[in-house]
Amino acid sequence: MNLLNAVVQGILLGGLYALVAAGLSLIFGVMRLVNIAHGDLIVLAGYVALVAVWATGLHPLLTLIVVVPIMAVLGYALQRGVLNRTLGADILPPLLVTFGLSVIIQNGLLQTFTADSQKLQAGAIETVSLALPGGLAVGVLPLAMFVVAVLIIAGLQLVFYRTELGRAFRATSDDPSTARLMGIDNAHMFALAMALALAVCAVAGVFLAIRSIFDPAIGPARLLFAFEAVIIGGLGSLWGTLAGGIILGVAQGIGAEINPGWQLLMGHLVFLAVLVLRPQGLFPKGSLA
Amino acid sequence: MLETTGLTAFYGDFQALFGIDVRMQQGETIAMIGANGAGKSTFLRAITGLLPTRREQVTFEGRPIGGLPADVIVKLGIAMVPEGRRLFPSLTVEENLLIGAYGRRTGPWSLDRIYQLFPVLEERRSSPGTALSGGQQQMVAIGRALMANPSLLLCDELSLGLAPIVIREIYRSLAQITAEGMTVLVVEQDINQALAVASRVYCLQEGRVTLEGRPTELTREQIGRAYFGA
Repeated sequence: MNLLNAVVQGILLGGLYALVAAGLSLIFGVMRLVNIAHGDLIVLAGYVALVAVWATGLHPLLTLIVVVPIMAVLGYALQRGVLNRTLGADILPPLLVTFGLSVIIQNGLLQTFTADSQKLQAGAIETVSLALPGGLAVGVLPLAMFVVAVLIIAGLQLVFYRTELGRAFRATSDDPSTARLMGIDNAHMFALAMALALAVCAVAGVFLAIRSIFDPAIGPARLLFAFEAVIIGGLGSLWGTLAGGIILGVAQGIGAEINPGWQLLMGHLVFLAVLVLRPQGLFPKGSLA
Repeated sequence: MLETTGLTAFYGDFQALFGIDVRMQQGETIAMIGANGAGKSTFLRAITGLLPTRREQVTFEGRPIGGLPADVIVKLGIAMVPEGRRLFPSLTVEENLLIGAYGRRTGPWSLDRIYQLFPVLEERRSSPGTALSGGQQQMVAIGRALMANPSLLLCDELSLGLAPIVIREIYRSLAQITAEGMTVLVVEQDINQALAVASRVYCLQEGRVTLEGRPTELTREQIGRAYFGA
C-alpha cells in the first residue's frame, strides 16, 4: 500500500520534472543548445513570482499571469542578445556562456534575496486531498499541477506537429541554412523557441516554488533532474520527456519509501541504468510522434 | 529583372567569383553551365543571400539586394531549388511544400497546383520527404520553391544523381512552369539538358563568365572551349 502510494506521488512529482525537462528538450531539439542555466532560470521564475506576491498580494498561482510573459520576453531577449551569438558548429561556446549565465543568476539572486530558503504559500489548497479507493490520498494541488504539466506537454506537441510555427521550428532544426531559403529568420525562430521554453519554465518554476522550498543555489539540482528526465525519455521527444520525468519521479518515490536517504540515489541509479543499457533513451526522437 | 554587376564572392580568403555580369529579363529561361568548381552554385548562393556580397552588385526588379539576408530575399521573390534537394527530414512531403509558403507571397501557386503538376506527391503527401525516390524528392524541392510564389526561380543541378528518364520528366515539368511566364535560372553540369530549355546561356569557368549567347547561335566548339578551357 505504501509502495503504491509512493508510486502515485512519484508520478505526480514526475509530471513537474517533465515540465522542467520539456523546456530543456525543446531548446536542444530546435537549436542543439544545452542550456546549463536552465535550472537557474526556473529558480528565477520562482523569485519573480515571489516578488509578484509581495508586491501585489496575488495568490501564487495567479502570478503566472505575469511570470509567464516576463520569462518569455526574457527568453526572447536572452536568445537574440546573447545566445544566438554563441551558436555554430562548435558546441563549447553555448555551454560556457550558459554556465556563466548560471553563475550570474545564482549570485544575482543571492545578492538580492539572500541565501534564505523561500516558499510560495498557496494557502488551504495545499492541504486538500482526494481520497481514492484503497485508502490512497492524492493532494488536489499536486494532481492539478500534474494535469497542467501533461496539458502543457500535449500543447507543445500540438504546436510542434500541427502548426506553421512548429513546422518552421522543425525545419530550422533540420537544416538552418535551407530554412533561410524558405524565408525563415533563424535568429527570430531560435528566440521564439527560447521564449516558449522559458514560458514553460515559468510554470514549472512557480509550481516547484509552491511544492517545495527554494533558494538561489538550488538551480543546478533542478537542472540535474531535467537532464535525467530528458536522457531517460530520449532526446528530442516530448512524450518521451514526460515518460522520463514520471519514471524519475516514481524511482525517487520508491527510493524514499525503502529508505528516506535513498530518494535521490534511486533516481540517479535508474538514470545511470538507462544510460548504460539504452543510451538513446527509452523513447528517442521518431519513436513517438 | 535580375542583374549582377561585377559580382564577387569569397569563401574566407578564397575568391570564388571574379566580377560576374549577368542580366535576366522577365520570362527568360537562362542556363548557367560550367564544370565542377566553376562557381555556378556560388553564384546562386551569392544571389540568394547565403554568401555575403556588396549591395550594389545584385539588383532585382530595380532594387539593390546584394548581401541582404536570405530570408528577406526569398520574400522579395527569389526562390531556390537547392543542389541535392535539401528536403527537411522531419517534415512530411506536404509539410515540406507548405514550409515553402512561409514568406506568404501571393500568386498562382498553391498546394493544389503543385499536386496537379506532380500528382505522385499527393499520393505520398504524408510520407517523410526523405523517404521518396530521388526524382520525387526533386519534385518536392521544385514544388517547395514554387510555393513561395517567386518571380524568379533558381534551380541548382536539377539532374544531379537522377536517372536520365527521371531527368527528362523533371525538365518537362520545368517547361510547363516556364510556359506560365516564370523567369528561371538553371544551373547545370548536364549541358544538353541546359541548352534544350534555355533561351540564353552563360558559361562559367573558374569564377568568370567565359561565354554568353543564345544556344542556337553557339557552336559545340565554342561551348567546349568555354566549359573546359581547352
